[in-house]
Amino acid sequence: MTAVETAPHRSGIWGWVTTTDHKKIGIMYGVTAILFFLVGGIEALLIRTQLAVPDGGVLSADAYNQMFTMHATTMVFLVVMPLAAAFANYLLPLQLGARDVAFPRLNALSYWVFLFGGIFLTMSFFVGGSPDGGWFGYAPLSTQVGEVVRMDYWALGLNFLGVGSIMSSVNFIATVFTMRAPGMTLMRMPVFSWMIFVISFLLLFSLPMVAVGLFQVYADRRMGSVFFDAASGGDPVLWQHLFWLFGHPEVYVLILPAMGMVSEVLPTFARKPLFGRSFVIFSGIAIGFMGFGVWAHHMFTTGLGPVAEAAFALTTMLIAVPTGVKIFNWLGTIWGGSLRLNTPMLFSLGFIALFVVGGLSGVTHAVAPADTQQHDTYYVVAHFHYVLFGGAMFGIFAGIYYWFPKVTGRLLGERLGKWNFWTMFVGMNLTFAPMHMLGLNGMPRRTYRYPEGLGFDLWNLVATVGSFVLALGVLLFLINAWRGWRRGETAGPDPWDGRTLEWTIPSPPPVHNFDEIPVVHAEDDFWHRKYGVDEEGHAVALGYEAPATSPPADMHLPSPSYYPILTAAGMFLTVTGLVYPPWGLLLTGAGAVVTLWGLFGWSMEPLTRGSGS
Amino acid sequence: MSDQVGPAAPAEHHPDPAVVRKTAMWAFLGSEVLFFGSLITTFLLYRSRIGEGPGPADLFDIPFTSVSSFVLLMSSLTMVLAHHSAMRRDSRQMRVWLLATALLGLIFLAGQVYEFTEFVHQGLSIGTSPFASSFYLLTGLHGVHVAVGVLMLLATAFMSFGGRLRADGGMNVEMVGLYWHFVDIVWIVIFTVVYLLQV
Repeated sequence: MTAVETAPHRSGIWGWVTTTDHKKIGIMYGVTAILFFLVGGIEALLIRTQLAVPDGGVLSADAYNQMFTMHATTMVFLVVMPLAAAFANYLLPLQLGARDVAFPRLNALSYWVFLFGGIFLTMSFFVGGSPDGGWFGYAPLSTQVGEVVRMDYWALGLNFLGVGSIMSSVNFIATVFTMRAPGMTLMRMPVFSWMIFVISFLLLFSLPMVAVGLFQVYADRRMGSVFFDAASGGDPVLWQHLFWLFGHPEVYVLILPAMGMVSEVLPTFARKPLFGRSFVIFSGIAIGFMGFGVWAHHMFTTGLGPVAEAAFALTTMLIAVPTGVKIFNWLGTIWGGSLRLNTPMLFSLGFIALFVVGGLSGVTHAVAPADTQQHDTYYVVAHFHYVLFGGAMFGIFAGIYYWFPKVTGRLLGERLGKWNFWTMFVGMNLTFAPMHMLGLNGMPRRTYRYPEGLGFDLWNLVATVGSFVLALGVLLFLINAWRGWRRGETAGPDPWDGRTLEWTIPSPPPVHNFDEIPVVHAEDDFWHRKYGVDEEGHAVALGYEAPATSPPADMHLPSPSYYPILTAAGMFLTVTGLVYPPWGLLLTGAGAVVTLWGLFGWSMEPLTRGSGS
Repeated sequence: MSDQVGPAAPAEHHPDPAVVRKTAMWAFLGSEVLFFGSLITTFLLYRSRIGEGPGPADLFDIPFTSVSSFVLLMSSLTMVLAHHSAMRRDSRQMRVWLLATALLGLIFLAGQVYEFTEFVHQGLSIGTSPFASSFYLLTGLHGVHVAVGVLMLLATAFMSFGGRLRADGGMNVEMVGLYWHFVDIVWIVIFTVVYLLQV
């Protein structure tokens, strides 16, 4: 290793607070999101404990409402999205062959907004109770002003987090458009980078719609407007439209990064190129476009009328096509490959299996009359946990096991990894499969208890047992991560015989990523540097050796800056004040001043350090 | 697709910062389109729901708002002149036009404050009707965008006075300009949809 920083966990706290290095920011995203994952998991376990037996007495109805609202809000906005952001931050520049993202300080600001937004939402627990109106906050329930401030925290918190996501999206889009290495054409871009590119557009165009809706909820609650007050002529259905116009694209924001990760892992462990690679990419783009045309399938019981319901039923069935295309591409990738069943591969195969289950139950929702029956039952809960936990989280775990050695330089334990996979796989199915039965038998969502003798007893108990098996799996992961980080086997630059650019550089990568900006000649460029093809089409090792290089003399690296955290702190004060008008507005004013101070100092600050500037 | 090993497509080693920043600004403005689109949609849904309160026909003073719209449109002209001066590296002219743009923006905001006050006096508070709520939220958030633009203009002019705007200062002016023109265009839509089209 050279003299540059190679061990990120050894630098001081100030180094982390002021960092603008996309790799450190990625690590901070990941660690923070895992912490929130534990918070959301504890909320889930409380819910399951309450429902284990009929007439459960662990939680009050009020506490239960808070738990299911915060479980969903936490898992969606503070776990799955930031975990995808963690990988995107870390990997996008590495996969594109760039020194950093387009706007390193903006990137840091996105992280700090995420952290402060998460703290903002979570601190509501300690000041009068957390949000309790459901994660989709249906008006007018969410706009009924009580003496409590719970849904203010929700409406403001989601908008606060949304600002961070929009900044990330702008950043990633600019990065993909302008920072690719020579020869890295769009179609040569790794599939994971592609999926991040697609979800950046999804977020960019969907978040502003829910932002307007959240402003309206807040205005109804605090400023006396009547957007969703039916008595004054307002229309609560408007909220449903604005929310799901965001909410459905959001579903694809959660799943596409995981699909991208699996699309990286499968070819590596099958030692074959991704089958129909451009089809996978175009399917991702198609999902992105069509994701904006299916939102009202969440509203089949709202009473939109048969024409609208038929139209949305059709678009919903249609969007299953590109998703199905991807499944077959993954199967085609495995077909005839020389498989290595390491933990990342196991999680990827688990992803495919569970996502198919969730996808199939999803298509059943497209049948509007059937959906009317399933709406707001545990069948829906089963469906979206299969796609979000079995899908998104399994994909993310595949990604964690796959890229952990790149980030830390050490491998995660294989033995413990396999235990981790199987406990999670069994636990996940034990927890969520019975919910199909519960839902079809008529058990409604969001009820804090159920009486004995309705036929719900057995499957609820099974689900609760399953949730603790699942928790055990997560615990095994934490142990594995700790041990791997402390004393895991040294990985070397390319432990999996990888195919993309991030495996060409040391693990962990030096602060400047690439000694020389790579020139890309093909898809899976690194693979083609390592392997040729003989007459029968078999891969032949070319005897690749990493070229000896040294860091360039004139690097332009982003300098550290404390303005991002200052700006985010100012925004935190601003939104906190808005919860408590009128006196809180003083805090809001102070926060606005701090934010402006941060932004102004930011625009005065020179961009880069290094000998070149 | 291009699986064969071919010659590397030409790409920039060091991407032009102006291109990077313009890409980002356009992406952000794309997001803003959806933001104002949702606000305008809400208004269109609610504009005839005036309940017991005053409606558009009772309230809007088209000549007055036409003048303030004209002021805002003229600020786009001064913005172009500021950018033009920045491209010619004439920072004195540039500052003059930047400040002129900010001043026109402030006049527009003053007109909006006057208009809101007037409407409240005529009995249209934010809770009067869904029409009132959607009108105030739409025009109010547009006003916030104008105010942010004024701050950006003043900050750019201030940086130029302090000599902090370096040789690439033209780029900063162009970014502010993109944002400013966008906010103006949104106002043209709002003026047409909210004020002029009273069917």
